[in-house]
Amino acid sequence: MTAPTGERDELVIAGDEDVVRVRQVVRGFALRAKLSLVDQTKLVTAASELARNAVNYGGGGQAVVELVGNGRRVGVRARFADDGPGISDVELALTDGWTSGSGLGLGLSGARRLVDEFELETEVGRGTAVTITKWAR
Amino acid sequence: MDRIPILKIGQVLLVSIQIDLQDQSVLALQEDLAEQISATGAHGVIIDISAVEIVDSFIGRMFATIAATSRLFDADTVVVGMRPAVAITLVELGLTLGQVRTALNLEKGLAILGKLAAERELAEGLDDLDEPVQANS
Repeated sequence: MTAPTGERDELVIAGDEDVVRVRQVVRGFALRAKLSLVDQTKLVTAASELARNAVNYGGGGQAVVELVGNGRRVGVRARFADDGPGISDVELALTDGWTSGSGLGLGLSGARRLVDEFELETEVGRGTAVTITKWAR
Repeated sequence: MDRIPILKIGQVLLVSIQIDLQDQSVLALQEDLAEQISATGAHGVIIDISAVEIVDSFIGRMFATIAATSRLFDADTVVVGMRPAVAITLVELGLTLGQVRTALNLEKGLAILGKLAAERELAEGLDDLDEPVQANS
């Protein structure tokens, strides 16, 4: 089990500039969790993909970033939630190269590869939430 | 939105990205560069990303688009100064940037463009030599 360590930040993601802000906030948390430079970069890149997805496909949403601990290790967890159309075929959406828009189709599948834990909840017509966690080694 | 400056040094356009890239800035850069190449007749473009902390799929795609566009204006593009953490992340993300030429640093990037320009002049010179022969036959 993992428990939040108390540090937490909530951000509205409505547009382009919010994607940049999400990156900066996630990087701040990654530094506090003492993630290695490569792990910081992976986490921030994954966050950037998911924040952009929330803007482009979900019509905007919300990001929650927090420091978490599991007794042994410290990590960063970020959750990106939108009220968009949802994803009808999750397996397809997680396939490299598949996109419902004009992107490269690497955002979701790529983000999953960059983090330690990846959880996707979605309901057609209700929205999508993706939670990612990266642990300090 | 921040616009990224484009500097002209001889026949080369130099773009040094010093800001956290917003999608709109990326799109503006693509347009500005196409205009500048067309206006100046530059034979090469160097994109210096040594200050860039993350390259996600959107930014990565920009490099490919810029390289493809500049080809249409008979100019070559070299991306220089990629940080190791960015390179590792890009590969894991699934973005290979296959069509984009890269170099370790600005100096090597300029050397590549210089060599390509020399090859081009040589090829043009050979074309000139060919013409009279073809005219006689």
